[in-house]
Formats: sequence, structure tokens, C-alpha cells
Amino acid sequence: MRINRGFVDGARGVSPLLIGVIPFGLVFGVIAADSVIGPALAWSTSFIIFGGAAQLATIQLFDEGVVTVVVIATALVIGSRHVMYSAALVPYFQHFPRWSRFALPYVLTDQAFAVSIVRFQDVDDPVEQRWYFTGSAMTLWISWQLSTLIGVLVGAQLPEALSLEFAIPLVFAALLVLAVRTRPELVAALVGGAVAVIAAPAPLGLGLVIGALTGVAAGVVAHRVTE
Amino acid sequence: MSAAIAILIIGIGTYLERLSFIGIIGNRDLPEWAMMPLRYVAPAVFAALVAPAVLLVDGDLAVLPATNPRALALVLALLVAWRTKSVAATIAVGMGALWLLQAVF
Repeated sequence: MRINRGFVDGARGVSPLLIGVIPFGLVFGVIAADSVIGPALAWSTSFIIFGGAAQLATIQLFDEGVVTVVVIATALVIGSRHVMYSAALVPYFQHFPRWSRFALPYVLTDQAFAVSIVRFQDVDDPVEQRWYFTGSAMTLWISWQLSTLIGVLVGAQLPEALSLEFAIPLVFAALLVLAVRTRPELVAALVGGAVAVIAAPAPLGLGLVIGALTGVAAGVVAHRVTE
Repeated sequence: MSAAIAILIIGIGTYLERLSFIGIIGNRDLPEWAMMPLRYVAPAVFAALVAPAVLLVDGDLAVLPATNPRALALVLALLVAWRTKSVAATIAVGMGALWLLQAVF
């Protein structure tokens, strides 16, 4: 079978973003190696969940001993941005074959969405669009599986004294800065963080959920005020 | 509930979030009032994950380097994240700062 040109273009289009993805994968793996749920189960989130932030939050919350329902709720709230991507892709995916409309969302990520949605505006052919998405998304998928696996194998060898668990909040801090581009987003972050600190004594680890929801509400209010 | 089952539920749930509108098909647009709050999920959740994990020591707010070197390391990391937009650089500076502060205090 000849590889479609769109696939190669997709792989090429997403490759600059791998500079961010692969170190994140390595760090996630190093942290997963030390998790209370065991390195194998922690790594399995790479293909079962396939979302760095949700995976990292899952591991952090299991390590903190948070109630399972809260772990699930938090991971799904973090993943809820995918609903936004899904809606934005409908005009293009509706021309794809039915099987691919159900298979391709599994590999829908921030990065694959970002490069594809830009490309789709220049390319009208649904076949080429489908291959472009597949090429970019699969490149990310393979990179993520391998980098997290290497991280797990290396992480098992590293000494405890390095305080590597601090890398978890550092990753979230970096993602936080990337997510804050507007003033209402800054309001959502400041309120979310402050309320999470104040609500931290709440039972079952619910302080996180209370903080996050209050932050979203504050962002919505700020959005309405600035409009 | 075991961790494995929880992870499986998260995996299925995350897939359904990704499938959502593509699966429903029909070119229905999500109304703005439903879409707009989703924009604020990422900043709010990430801040809620970071702040208590770094600023609380045994349940008490601690920001001075002597009692909590992580707070200052986080501030430096946030500055680097803001200037470079790089996750890797943020981790490198944050970890380096923590090791340095731990050696000093």
C-alpha cells in the first residue's frame, strides 16, 4: 500500500510539537515509575487514557490517597476540553467514512487538533484531511507511548533524594501558563488556585474540585464582564 | 474500586469526550453558552492542581524558602514558563532551583 501524502504531511506538520511532547512523556514515565499503583498500571494510562495532563492528575491523586470517584471526576474534567475540539471538527469529520469517525477520536489530542484545524482550512479534499489527521495523531501516539515507556524504565533507576515528584506541579505550572492567554483565563486560574488552597481541608480531596469549579465560574463571570 | 477499573473508566470517559460531537454528527453547533465555560476548564483545573500541592506544607500555607523551598522554585518556574512557553525548560529550572534552595536552607 502506498502511504498517502496527507499522512506524511501530517507527521511532518506535528513534528515540531514533539519537542514539547517527548520531554513531558519522559517526565511522566519517571513519575509513573514511582507511583503507588505500580509502574505497569501507571504506564498503561498512556494508551488507555492517552492524555498527559489527565494521566498525571490520575497518578498524583492516587498517590495522595484521594477517593477513587474524585480521581475519575478530576481526570474527566481535565479531558472535557476535548468536547470543544470534537465540536470544532464536526464540519470536516462528517465527510469521513463512518468507521473513522469512531476510530479517529481515540487519538484526538491538543496537538493533533491544533495542526489539523489549521491545515483543514487550506485543504478541501476529505481523503487528504483524514490522512493528515491520522498522520499527525499517530505520530503523537507513538511518540507518547515510547517516551513514557522510556521514562518508566529510566525512572526506576533514579534515587529518591532528587525530589522528582516536584516535577508534577512543575508540568501543571507550565501547562497553566500556556492555557492563560486572556484576562478571563487569568481570573479563572487565580480564583481556581486560591480556592483550591482554602478548600484543601475538605474531605475526599474535594478541595480540588471545588477550586476548579469556582475558577471556571469566575472565568465565565470575567468573560461576561469584559465582553 | 481498584485503580485498574478506575483507569479503564477514565479511558472510556475520555474517549467519549473526544467522540461526543463527532459521534452525534449532524452539523449541530454547540451553543455559545455551553461552549464558553469549557475554555476556562484548563486554567482553573491546572491552577487548582498546582497551588495546594506546592503552597501547603502539612495543611498550612508556607511560602518562605526556609520552610517551603518549593514555593520560590515554583515562582521561578512560572517566570520561565511565561518567557519560554517551554514545558521542558520549566521543569529544568524548577528542579534546579529546588535542589539549590534545598542545599542552601
